[in-house]
Amino acid sequence: MSVFTSLLGFFFNLFEPVFRLGQKLLGSSRIGWLFVGPNLLIISIFTFLPIVANLVYAFTGGVNLLPTQRPYAGLENFAILLECRDYTDLQSCRTDIFWRSIFNTVKFSLIQVALMLFFSLVTALVLNRKIIGRGFWRGVFFYPVLLSPVVVALIWKWLLQSQGVFNAGLVAMGAQPMDWLLDRHWAFFWVVVVSIWAHMGFYTLILLAGLQAIPKDVYEAAEMDAAKPFRVLYRITLPLLMPNLIVVLVLVMIRAVQSFDEVFVLTGGGPGSATTFIVQYIYQTGFAEQIHLYGLAAAASLILAVGLMALTLVQLRLSKAGEAGKVKK
Amino acid sequence: MANFLTRTRGRRHGGTRLHWTDWLSYAYLLAGLVVMFGPVLWLVMSSFKTESALSQFPPTFLPYSQKEVVVAGYDKPLPLFKAKDDQGQVRELAQVRRIGLVATMVDPAAPQTEIRVNINDRQPVNELKFASGNYTEIFGKFAFGTYLWNSVFITVVATVLTLLFNSMAAFALSKYQFTGQKTVFVLIIGTLMIPPTIILVPAFLVISELHLLNNLWGVILPAVATPTGVFLLRQYMLTIPDELLEAARMDNASEWRIYWKIILPLAAPAMAVLAIFSFMWRWNDFLWPLIVLSKSEHFTLQLALNAFQGELNTQWHYLLAMTVITLIPITIVFAFLQKYITTGIASAGVK
Repeated sequence: MSVFTSLLGFFFNLFEPVFRLGQKLLGSSRIGWLFVGPNLLIISIFTFLPIVANLVYAFTGGVNLLPTQRPYAGLENFAILLECRDYTDLQSCRTDIFWRSIFNTVKFSLIQVALMLFFSLVTALVLNRKIIGRGFWRGVFFYPVLLSPVVVALIWKWLLQSQGVFNAGLVAMGAQPMDWLLDRHWAFFWVVVVSIWAHMGFYTLILLAGLQAIPKDVYEAAEMDAAKPFRVLYRITLPLLMPNLIVVLVLVMIRAVQSFDEVFVLTGGGPGSATTFIVQYIYQTGFAEQIHLYGLAAAASLILAVGLMALTLVQLRLSKAGEAGKVKK
Repeated sequence: MANFLTRTRGRRHGGTRLHWTDWLSYAYLLAGLVVMFGPVLWLVMSSFKTESALSQFPPTFLPYSQKEVVVAGYDKPLPLFKAKDDQGQVRELAQVRRIGLVATMVDPAAPQTEIRVNINDRQPVNELKFASGNYTEIFGKFAFGTYLWNSVFITVVATVLTLLFNSMAAFALSKYQFTGQKTVFVLIIGTLMIPPTIILVPAFLVISELHLLNNLWGVILPAVATPTGVFLLRQYMLTIPDELLEAARMDNASEWRIYWKIILPLAAPAMAVLAIFSFMWRWNDFLWPLIVLSKSEHFTLQLALNAFQGELNTQWHYLLAMTVITLIPITIVFAFLQKYITTGIASAGVK
């Protein structure tokens, strides 16, 4: 350990002359730039620059990666993505897979938000009770949150495969085994289940923190009035938890719209395009297909960005409303 | 005894017994235990099964495999069955071969006489055996060691650099007053709003122009400046009193020395939380490495698992062992640091 710390000390000392020089040149007030520099440089190169470049890409065509080598295409990419002869029929769209992926993403997000809120709220309420071994139980529900999406997908793929434990259950009950992930409706169902399994603990934790911040005397007053448990839940707990519920709602929504890894490993977007979501469409268009359609992928990213921005605005509105509600109480 | 078990310390409901809502809560928690831990446990147990045991249906929870015996006169160990012989007696017999519905078997004690048995009259003799072969073989059969090394390298280097760069930025943003400081802070925190999925294409261009495609640094570099890290550390450093810095400046310490001799040690708790998170983020990363690393010798564990789950569908025994190895580090981190992880998330909302 001491070897390690002295090595670290040696390493850190190497920077000292650089910063002494910087202090002389910049003056002690502007030395902050030297400290914030590395971070700013990396964020500029890998985030700010790409944001600007993405705008350029979305309006250019061709297959060359260099922006200077790409022909200007105007709104062509957006037309390819969005144009349909008949907007009531997805088949007639120029890129029906894009519309399908949007449709799937919206459907997935709505279903997932409702179920995630319900289950994480119930779990948080249970964990907030006087129970033995609360830390342990909290850990149980939280553990899957830490697993990587690939591991999560493989765990469930193993359970759902044709000789897996779910089919053993079916056979034990006298039913026929199923190809769970080869049926479009079941595949969608399991994608929802797996993503709730994997992320519920995170939202439970946020709600639990909110529950524990509710002052105890409110409940004592309710007990004095001999209020029924459900009345306490509807009249005290839920209203006071509203800001946290809104945070969770928005986080779940934003995460759901960006779902990719678990679904990609679990179903590959299939069967057909039943579980292809928008990020997978972007990934496939830009990187996985034979011809890399960077312009199209960038245009789709831009559309996704607009959608997420709208969600963020809704969040700001909601959280303001939530705060106002809290003040009124 | 039942009285003792159902007694609570609660002062509610006037009594010492568990209320029916308590029973409901514990039922919910137990169901949760099965649903949340069951799948992981099933995976771990399955990873110790032999290839033939994995293909058995219905599957068993514990890794049972058919017992084999070495019989004199045969090169390979023979599978052991409980079978009825011609006299209708049930004996433990080893199977030599099987043609159609008839199996040729021998008594391990008397291997000279062959006995013919209808295959419906025999039951395999199973024993509990943890097949460690799945784990040892993946190192020889695939470049598993390389994937493991790539993952470890990315995780460790990225975490160290994240801690260094983010703490330097947080120090500047919490302890200095310089022109443009507010703008810098807003810019860095603003990137929280930009999901990485939206800038995939141009970020790929940057990496390719820097000649970092198929290079582990292409995964590491974009990840080391995290807005959450800067925010977390800055909030913590704001609580460190400025007088300490003033005193050090009186002693003619350089600003760099102040940073690493005073600020860093005092910010250790926040640094630890960020270190845990950075470790988890990088170890579990998938989409970005998937784009940057396309040659298999640069794969991380996550990429290797993804690539193999397509190819190795018939070789679940290797895939399961690899998956278990991939989830071990996270599990260990979680087991020891559960409290810090959960409080870190509850207070900062980072993941």
